[in-house]
Amino acid sequence: MIKKIFLIGNPNVGKSVVFSRLTGVRVISSNYAGTTVEIMRGFLKLGDREIEVVDLPGTYSLEPASKSEEVAVSLLNEYPKDEIVVINIVDSTNLERNLYLTLQLLEAGLPLVVSLNMCDEAKHHGVSLEVDKLEKILGVPVISTCAITGSGIKLLLERIHEAKPVLRDKFSHRQRWQDIGAIIEQVQSLTHRHHTLREILEDASVRPFSGALIAIGVLFVSFQVVRFIGENLISRIADPVFLNFYQPLLAKFSSFLGNESFMHHLLIGDLINGRIDFKQSLGLLTTAPYIEFAMVLPYIISFYFVLGLLEDIGFLPRLAMLMDNLLHHLGLHGFAIIPVLLGFGCNVPGILATRNLESRRERFIAATLISIGVPCVALQAMIFGLLGRFSGFYVFGVYLVLLVVWLVLGIILNHTAKGYSPEFLVEIPPYRLPSLAPLWHKLFLRIKGFLIEAAPLVLLGVLLVNVLLYFKLFDFFTGIFAPVVKGLFGLPKEAIVSLVMGLFRKDVAVGMLMPLALTVKQLFITSVLLAISFPCLATFFVFFKELGLKDLIKASLIMLAVGLVTGSLLNFAMR
Amino acid sequence: MKKISLRQMKEKQKGVICDISAGMRLQNKFMSMGIYHGREITKISSIGLRGPVAIKVGRSVLVLGHGVANKVMVEIQ
Repeated sequence: MIKKIFLIGNPNVGKSVVFSRLTGVRVISSNYAGTTVEIMRGFLKLGDREIEVVDLPGTYSLEPASKSEEVAVSLLNEYPKDEIVVINIVDSTNLERNLYLTLQLLEAGLPLVVSLNMCDEAKHHGVSLEVDKLEKILGVPVISTCAITGSGIKLLLERIHEAKPVLRDKFSHRQRWQDIGAIIEQVQSLTHRHHTLREILEDASVRPFSGALIAIGVLFVSFQVVRFIGENLISRIADPVFLNFYQPLLAKFSSFLGNESFMHHLLIGDLINGRIDFKQSLGLLTTAPYIEFAMVLPYIISFYFVLGLLEDIGFLPRLAMLMDNLLHHLGLHGFAIIPVLLGFGCNVPGILATRNLESRRERFIAATLISIGVPCVALQAMIFGLLGRFSGFYVFGVYLVLLVVWLVLGIILNHTAKGYSPEFLVEIPPYRLPSLAPLWHKLFLRIKGFLIEAAPLVLLGVLLVNVLLYFKLFDFFTGIFAPVVKGLFGLPKEAIVSLVMGLFRKDVAVGMLMPLALTVKQLFITSVLLAISFPCLATFFVFFKELGLKDLIKASLIMLAVGLVTGSLLNFAMR
Repeated sequence: MKKISLRQMKEKQKGVICDISAGMRLQNKFMSMGIYHGREITKISSIGLRGPVAIKVGRSVLVLGHGVANKVMVEIQ
């Protein structure tokens, strides 16, 4: 009786795509090793029964080398072998390396089905495999699949029942590779092909000079595209909708409520020159939705669209290789650039992605650097909106200050944090032309995730602040902190409300600054401070979950120190 | 026959792995990724003097950090 189906395979062979095909659950997939760091679960209808399908993080062997690999292997051993089926997803373009895990799975006596995935790409690469012969040699069902288009998945489902353990001696590592060599001889034939443009590009992007040029070019263009799409979504769609349709409705509602009532203060906020101003009114129905939908969401869409493209093309691991040198000085290795880039979207997935780093020390350094030095896209969008009015120079300045903070803090952490940082050892996937459907699914998932996570917190935050302001409860706080904020950072005491709000949502926190008549310098310093002072609640929580209370306290103290030092230095330097 | 490390190899040079001086854990990881005694590899590139090294093993491209690349010795013709 089958109770569970496990999907296992090397990193970046498309397990998540197969998982989506089997269960209908949409998950994020990309073209680099380690996209899935969490165990994904879904259900599959087989006959008249629902069976749980578990998508495990990629692993090269049953002797795990990182936290996410460990998780994968330990889960496999949790269930009796006659109650599970293991689907081993194999990259057809690289059968040789993938078979190592396959043989280990057979040796472990697990009931196995092999899915030769990416069969269309294998054809492209001039690799042809004799599936029947491989099936005979391995003694378990082997099915050729292409999960992106869905071909072969039906056959895979039909043959799940045939999975059975095979008697196979436990081999030494060397014997296993000899065996694999012999199998490859028999089942794989290669057609020689000339170097394609793709291969030339692949080579060029891991060489020092051409690689750096390509990387700078790609990052520059990406940044420009994110801004272009974001700005146009705002000026062509979001702003017109809010100003032409929503504002007239609200104006009627506002006069209905009466200017002086408590509800008016809560829902609409203050009228600016007798009119609702979405950027300054600070009401639950005015500024709160405007910030989320008209200022931040457009950039969320454009950022994740571009990030998704970079992920699916396979550019990120190459960037990781080029960054390895620099990141070594920060106690990390090149692959840590991927969590950092994800952190630019939202710190939460960034910190989750540090699971791919092997040592605890690395994870601590990476997570701390992400939460302190990497502003999420919501915050960046607001900084664009706030400082961009004055000049791009200030926006650039915020990034520059954060980069310096990030580097200095990294170097200090590298010299003080205990433990070891292992070295880079990672596979670089081929460049792939992204398929549209998965790209779209991924974007959709991320936007949905943002809306679910952000919307309640934004409303709650604005509500709380409005109530506190109405009853003048902030005066107590501001009284205590005013000397610090004023003396060290040169900020008025009203800015404290915004810094406190930063605990809920960074974007709303910046929003709270808009009605205050701050100078450029004050806005600049507050923006930097909001970026440094980490966690919005979500980041706080995930940091705690991933690294524990002790590390969270350590990181928080570091954050406090960095914030104090940076804020005072800026205030002093910009005099 | 000459023994050199992955770092010392030149771009596009081929070699056969003859010695890996690493602990069990790293040996296992190497092994599972197809880096083992007797395997033929081709160097693709290396970044800077103390940077990582990219090699081609079978049909995969692997990148090794500077320190690990020093631990893998190859024989070249």
